[in-house]
Amino acid sequence: MKSINRGFFHRLLALIYKEYLQLRRDKSSILIGSVLPIILILIMGYGISLDVKNIPIAVVLEDTSPTARHAVSFLSGSEYFSPHFVTSFKEAEKLMGQRQVDAILTVPPDFSEKLQKRKGNLQLIIYGVNTTTANSVKGYVEAGVQSYNSNFYKGYMAKGLVTVENRIWFNDANSSTWYFVPGLIMLIMTLVGVFLTALVMAREWERGTLEAIFVTPVSVMELLLSKMVPYFGVAMVGFFLCIIASKFLYGIPLHGSFVILLLATILYLSVALGIGLMISSVTKSQFLSCQIAFMVGFLPSLMLSGFLFDLHSVPSWVSAIGHLLPATYYLELLKTLFLAGNEWEMIIKNCTVLFFYGLLFLGIAMHITKKRVE
Amino acid sequence: MELIVRADNLSKVFTDKKGNVLATALKSINFTLKKGTLTAIVGPDGAGKTTFMRMIAGLITPTSGSLEVLEMNIAGNEQRVQEQISYMPQKFGLYEDLSVEENMSLYARLHGISPDKEGDRFAQLLNMTGLSSFTKRLAGNLSGGMKQKLGLACTLVRSPDLLLLDEPTVGVDPLSRRELWEILGQLVKEEELSVLVNTAYMDEAERCQMVYVLNEGKILAGASPNAIKQLAAGRCYRMTPEDGVPTRVLQGLLLDDKEHVVDAVPEMGRVRFIRQKGADEKYFVENYPYGFIPVSERLEDAFMILLHGDSAQANANSNTSVNVAPLSLNGNFSLSDEIDIEVKDLLRKFGDFIAVDKTSFQVHKGEVFGLLGPNGAGKTTTFRMLCGLLPMSGGFLSVAGVNLRHAQTEARRNIGYVAQKFSLYSDLTVLENLSFFGGVYGLSKKKLTERIQTVLQEFHLTGKENVPAGDLPGGYKQRLSMATALLHEPKILFLDEPTSGIDPLTRRDFWRQITDLSLRGTTIIITTHFMEEAEYCDRIMIQDKGKLLAIGSPEKIRAQQGGQDMSMNEVFISIVESSRKGEHGEEH
Repeated sequence: MKSINRGFFHRLLALIYKEYLQLRRDKSSILIGSVLPIILILIMGYGISLDVKNIPIAVVLEDTSPTARHAVSFLSGSEYFSPHFVTSFKEAEKLMGQRQVDAILTVPPDFSEKLQKRKGNLQLIIYGVNTTTANSVKGYVEAGVQSYNSNFYKGYMAKGLVTVENRIWFNDANSSTWYFVPGLIMLIMTLVGVFLTALVMAREWERGTLEAIFVTPVSVMELLLSKMVPYFGVAMVGFFLCIIASKFLYGIPLHGSFVILLLATILYLSVALGIGLMISSVTKSQFLSCQIAFMVGFLPSLMLSGFLFDLHSVPSWVSAIGHLLPATYYLELLKTLFLAGNEWEMIIKNCTVLFFYGLLFLGIAMHITKKRVE
Repeated sequence: MELIVRADNLSKVFTDKKGNVLATALKSINFTLKKGTLTAIVGPDGAGKTTFMRMIAGLITPTSGSLEVLEMNIAGNEQRVQEQISYMPQKFGLYEDLSVEENMSLYARLHGISPDKEGDRFAQLLNMTGLSSFTKRLAGNLSGGMKQKLGLACTLVRSPDLLLLDEPTVGVDPLSRRELWEILGQLVKEEELSVLVNTAYMDEAERCQMVYVLNEGKILAGASPNAIKQLAAGRCYRMTPEDGVPTRVLQGLLLDDKEHVVDAVPEMGRVRFIRQKGADEKYFVENYPYGFIPVSERLEDAFMILLHGDSAQANANSNTSVNVAPLSLNGNFSLSDEIDIEVKDLLRKFGDFIAVDKTSFQVHKGEVFGLLGPNGAGKTTTFRMLCGLLPMSGGFLSVAGVNLRHAQTEARRNIGYVAQKFSLYSDLTVLENLSFFGGVYGLSKKKLTERIQTVLQEFHLTGKENVPAGDLPGGYKQRLSMATALLHEPKILFLDEPTSGIDPLTRRDFWRQITDLSLRGTTIIITTHFMEEAEYCDRIMIQDKGKLLAIGSPEKIRAQQGGQDMSMNEVFISIVESSRKGEHGEEH
């Protein structure tokens, strides 16, 4: 055993250097490791938004009096709406049919008259195919009308009316970018950790290079470590790119501790690398590894970790599956650390879970990778 | 003398997860390898050579029996053995995106050699392998022969106690093969290296001190090459056909006479054959119109006798694998004047690189035309242009009277193509494959049914109609590929390396079929890296670096090189070498 240990670091270094050279020459790894994160950051940050803003809405002013115009003026001054003023309902209906507008707000001809009698009436028609948008539109319009009401009543009654004032905690700007970018870090770590690692290891099986490497003093542990260290590095590049983007591009605050964030990331990366190495040892083929890594690594992390859908509002069995995924715990950590701060109880619990997952997957990878070609 | 490897009753059975037997790779073999010797294992593909070598390297666990390597029981000592031996797998084990130097350094580090100690050794290895001026080149950009030499250099970064080489010369041209064996010979002498080589080439095995013949997991013989040769002593002859009779016809005739002939191959314009033990010379004098002389036996003759004996035992009716018309020596074998393929100044460039340089030749109707050349010579490129798979950069090309530049579809109707890789659908049955390809060629239903019956008979595939193509044994797969290519009765058949990876017995059957096809008027164009197979061809063309070096009958080319008794291998090496020398002369 002694003779094996003596050369451990020399061999490991030689293997890591080899991996580094390959990484430098293989454009696709660099692409996945650094260019892809940048593209994802830009797309997620600027391209995708779950916020409902600039809703196109047709406003039918059948009553053209200044009072009526004033009543719907909240539409024009808001970033939530982009109103199209039309004169007939027919025209508005046509716009809706062409999907030019998501809602129609009708001000009836007798609006000002009825308003005098405190019976002002507006009609709101919403395109209901996308329920999320529909609900938001309804909420926004109601809020707008509400605020008009309270201003209107001010003249008549000084006090006594109840108004609700909203505060959204932990995402002060109520922007989905704030919510997406931490998730993005999770996705990139998964991509590099599982996908890239599975791919490069399977490539060695496929090209027969491992067969030659096996018949040297190299141990399985050295081989696996030599794959982990460089791709750990690649993932870290992606991680820092995301951190930089979140801070300087989107101004997302980091309420929690950076050290804890780093620790959580290291833990999650060991899990991801373990899964990647495990997959490649089982399949030994690049194509299969790619498919499996996508199916068990990337897709669930995207769909079931709470990245897209909040795990509180999905059926409990889906939530249960989601809570089997290491990604779920890491994502929770990320979101909390970024947007809420150091919630120690959660941090300790989730880090422990990730730690054991890491041990499990790396252990399995060590166990099933054998210096055998059967 | 010290034993480096010792196997007793060693067996290997591959099973699936449920324990069902998938294949028996080795059947209780006994084997020894002495220190400081070169030992070869020869045998057809699938004989179990690679499995055995991997077991010695500790990469596959024996099912039963004992295996000692370097006086250690391999079970449980894999790591210790792996630290002391070197192994070059079939794919060389090189990192294609690392340079020559980086590959060597990696292996040196892994074997615990520090950078300051590697200098002299590296210089020596690079010098020996001729790679000194390519140290910065990526391994992926090396030619096949250079890769193989780099693979060898990587296994020799330190002097191993045992060197294992698994088919080091597969797909490597004769020149590079010869160089590799020179290096090996030198190392065994200088460093007392113990080497085990798996090979399919008999001339390579003949250079070793010990040869084991392996077939279907059994060792048929294990002795020095000279001792094994004795099996064929006094049974080998060479018969000379009269002018105008192609050697392959006489060879086919002899091969069909299975009662009296073990094996027959064309050789130097004559036919070499081995008589059965029971047959005497008188029989051949009485039954064949041509004279013959006894020739000295070679390792290959003994090998064929061993294989035949073994496969005859295994399946008594092995002689029914081809279904061909009986041959006759009375016929008109003269080359037709009709020209099927006309090539003038054919040019193909890939960027600045000229893959095929202004090549002109003609192929006559019913001719067997061989394309030979080292790797990267341009033969595959030429071949693909002939089949209309690759557009040409310049020149004129007509196939079966159709200009390929203007009427590719029409030209394709006249040709059948068998790719190097098995390119039929593995999950479709034999019949489904045939029906599908018949449909692609646009055969009418009636015609198709008729043709399918014909080719099934011709290629002896009856009874296998409903077997998925992927489950067929190698020889059957190849016959199915040919049957498919011939469904639409093409005038010209293109075969790309049809005999690589196929055992010698199946190769004989294959050529017997070719002889039959050509007699029926099909033009055949074939590429091969087995030089001796050129002897079956009416005419051959030798290319190197895109240039046509020689064209003509094997006889004519041999005469040009000045030796009636040169093997095709030697002829080839001499042509390529003198052409390369000429090139260097011009440069200096």
